[in-house]
Formats: sequence, structure tokens, C-alpha cells
Amino acid sequence: MRLDRILRVMSKLLLPFMLVFALYVQFHGDFGPGGGFQAGVIAAGMIILYALIFGLPAAKRVVPQGLLEFLIPLGILIYAGTGVVGMFLGGNYLEYTYLAHESSHGHHLGVFTVEVGVLVTVSSTMLAIFYAFAERDPS
Amino acid sequence: MVLLTLMAIITIGVVRVRSLFAVVILGGIYSFLMASVLIVLDAVDVAMTEASVGAGISTVLMLAALYLTKTEEAPPVHTFALPLFVAIVTGAALIYGTLDLPAFGLAETPVNTHLGAKFLAHSVKDTTIPNVVTAVLADYRSFDTLGEVTVVFTAGIGVLLLFKGRPKPQSNEEAKGKTDTTGGAA
Repeated sequence: MRLDRILRVMSKLLLPFMLVFALYVQFHGDFGPGGGFQAGVIAAGMIILYALIFGLPAAKRVVPQGLLEFLIPLGILIYAGTGVVGMFLGGNYLEYTYLAHESSHGHHLGVFTVEVGVLVTVSSTMLAIFYAFAERDPS
Repeated sequence: MVLLTLMAIITIGVVRVRSLFAVVILGGIYSFLMASVLIVLDAVDVAMTEASVGAGISTVLMLAALYLTKTEEAPPVHTFALPLFVAIVTGAALIYGTLDLPAFGLAETPVNTHLGAKFLAHSVKDTTIPNVVTAVLADYRSFDTLGEVTVVFTAGIGVLLLFKGRPKPQSNEEAKGKTDTTGGAA
């Protein structure tokens, strides 16, 4: 009989709320405290909790290593790409004024996109670091 | 003040305790106290970062690192006279430096009169984002944030290279026996 039943049930109950909280912190960061960094760390923490309770292989089935190695640069590309798009639309690099029909909306959209990039890179980096530590045998 | 006293007590504990496991947990508690202090100072964004990164991820990663090494601190080989001297001199210099700072929360300081007031006055109109911290972070100081993300990216790449770049000591077929894995410090 497994002795960690309480942990498993409780973490299964907690995991969706952690993910929702991460998304809340991410997409409500314009209006309340939070943003890409915090949301990324919370999302990575969710997967780490899953890995701690259910084992690394189970977590790797949810978020494979290859996906992480794809996501880490993708976030930076989203961020830098937003700057390049702003440049093509007639502004300076990372100037959001021309991203939408109106300056302030463009700024809002730019911040939103950039925060998504931050979320992707931060969460996948944290998770990759955890994977790297966790999959090594102590010797 | 209570929080700062608790933080000081925990710092002494971190220095005194020999078990690294306890040190990591004390570090997590320290981060949570720091987050509470930041909430008291109305810096909610920073408090959230401190709680999630400092108390959450760092603690987990430190525990993961402990899992790979020993959990007991090696006894010191030198006397503590020189480090104590350096610490006292540095601390005295820092305290001397704070004597020139303006009083806490003073409205006439340069921080509160030039840029801060400008951001507070213009950010909502410029960006339609009510949270000024987010507006400054991702809009006015977007280059800096791009740099920060690059730092995180670089850290991730570095760790992946350190842990993955090295060929495995034994392949999977041999590793079943686990006789002598030569995986020392990378």
C-alpha cells in the first residue's frame, strides 16, 4: 500500500487551482500585482509539485524535455519579435505605439505580448533546471 | 520591525546551523518574511516575485541540489577572525552609507519628484494599464526586461549545458548494475 495517498489526492486537488492562479497572475498583471515572471514561476512550480508527488517520468509525459528546449528560446523570440514587429510598423525597436490603431491600445497589446514571452521563457527555464537536477543520480 | 527582527534571528540561525537541509528551509522562511516586509512596504509585485522565486523555486532547486550532494556542512578549516573582520567592516560601511539617505518615504526625494511622479501621471494615459509597475516594467523599461529574460534564458542554457553536455558515465544497459558511476561534480 502506498503511504502517500493524502499527498497525491491533495496535490491533485491543488494542481488546477495553481494553474488557474498562474494564468490569473499572468493575464491580470496589467490590472493587479503580477506579470510574466511571477506567473511563469508559479506555473513551473505546479509542474514541479506534480513531479515531486507523481515522479519525474509522469511529469515528463505532461511536459516533455524536448518541448521545454523548444519553449525556452520561443519566449525570447516572442519578446524580441514584438520589438521587430513594432519596428516594421514604423516605430523604434520595442515601441508599441503602432501595434494597434490607437497608441494606448498598441501599448497595452505590446505589454500583453511581451509578458506572454516572459511567461514562456521563465516557466520553461525553471522547469528545465529542475529536470536537469532531478534526473541525475546522486553518486 | 517584528518581521525584521525575525529575519535577523533566521540569519543567525542560517549561520549557526550545520545541517544544510535546515539552512535551505530557513532560507525559504527568510524569503517569506522578506515578502511580508515588501507587502508592508506596499511593493506587492516585488513581494509576489520574492514569494514565488525566493521561497518557492529557489528552495526546491536548493533541495534538488542537496539531493545530489551531502547534506552536512563541512567543518570550517580556518579561524573565523578574518571573515568576521571583513563582515564587520562591510556592515559598518553600509550603515555609514545609510546615514546620508533621506528619511523613509520622504516626498521631496529625487526618486519621488522626477521619474516616479512622471510615471504615475502618464502611464495610464499612455498605456491604458492601471498597474504602473507592469507599465514601467514592460513598456517604458522594455529593453531592461528583455535583458532580464535573456539572463533567465542564459541561465537555463548554462544549466542544460552543464548537466546535459557531459556524456553519461554509463549507458542505460550497463547502468542497471550501478557498480561505479563516476559522476562527480560537473
